[in-house]
Amino acid sequence: MERIFSRFAALVARDEPLVVATVIERGGDGAAKELPALGATLLVSPSNGVTGSLGNDLLDAVVARDATAALASGRSVARHYGAAGEARRDELTVFLDVFAPAPRMIIFGAVDFTGALVKVAKILGFHVTVCDARPIFATARRFPDADQVVVAWPQVYLEEVAHTLSERDAVCVLTHDHKFDVPAIVAALATPIGYLGAMGSRRTHAERIERLIEAGVDPARFQEIMAPIGLAIGARSPEETAVAICAEIVARRAGVPAHSLRDATGPLHQSEN
Amino acid sequence: MKELLSDIELWRARGQRVVLARVVTLAGSGPRDPGAAMAINEASEVVGSVSGGCVEGAVVSEALAVLESGQPRLCTFGYSDDEAFAVGLTCGGTIQIFLEPLE
Repeated sequence: MERIFSRFAALVARDEPLVVATVIERGGDGAAKELPALGATLLVSPSNGVTGSLGNDLLDAVVARDATAALASGRSVARHYGAAGEARRDELTVFLDVFAPAPRMIIFGAVDFTGALVKVAKILGFHVTVCDARPIFATARRFPDADQVVVAWPQVYLEEVAHTLSERDAVCVLTHDHKFDVPAIVAALATPIGYLGAMGSRRTHAERIERLIEAGVDPARFQEIMAPIGLAIGARSPEETAVAICAEIVARRAGVPAHSLRDATGPLHQSEN
Repeated sequence: MKELLSDIELWRARGQRVVLARVVTLAGSGPRDPGAAMAINEASEVVGSVSGGCVEGAVVSEALAVLESGQPRLCTFGYSDDEAFAVGLTCGGTIQIFLEPLE
């Protein structure tokens, strides 16, 4: 790490995605072989190539390949290798420390709930974009915490950024207006995002489903839409709803069962009595 | 580790020796994922964290030993019946922490 630290710090300051691969363990009779030193480091950056070496070209190539895969997953991980990068050997343990760009949340609809969702999503580390086709609502002044406020039709914006999205990213459709919701959902289903949620009552969503069928969406894909959006935690205010949405994103990312409104029945809001 | 860089660079600019400690593996229950990082300087100043506070004290001791020797080391902190008084995670997990000098 020490030798590449300055370069590492410079790339991180520019928010470049990268992986720092460090030898953290030399196994068994490793001392007898030509193994890299403990702490030997390789810096792997998709846009700037590879810096440093673990002392063996084959090992460097295998680690660089695994580093790229780790970067896509967004998770740091330790892996075992032979001295020349062989799989299923454990002469070496290499820690792949992933510095991935922030996952993105794109929120369609510049409504009251949006401001609260932007705040909670920022706490979770999302890069947040608010997008609405109506210029009087989609202003940076109304959403000071958003990283980006875009005036555009949802499908136009999503088609523009689709190639940059991955399963780490989320789309939340809060417009409550079929005119905007339907094209947003159709376009979002064509991207590889990991979470798609849409706000509205069960009745609103039933109508939306009709329109999605008219728009030619395969009904098999409706299960990918979290609607009504959020976990069933009795949320009412915009802030509570934002927590319910973000908690649903966390639960689905972790793959643990949680009580989503989509999978419940009855009205979204309990009456007071 | 991103959030530690400004402090690490400040310490290095002052000529202080620094140890970087990172969680590299986690087995069982544990509060922080691999990649969680903490930096310790020769004056025992600390930024960041590697657990919920259970092992930070022991990591500082290890870091000072790394400064002394100049050699990186991999430390395991866990909890088992026969080492009930050893430093561990109260949640029952085991973490490995890699410490290395940044001099």
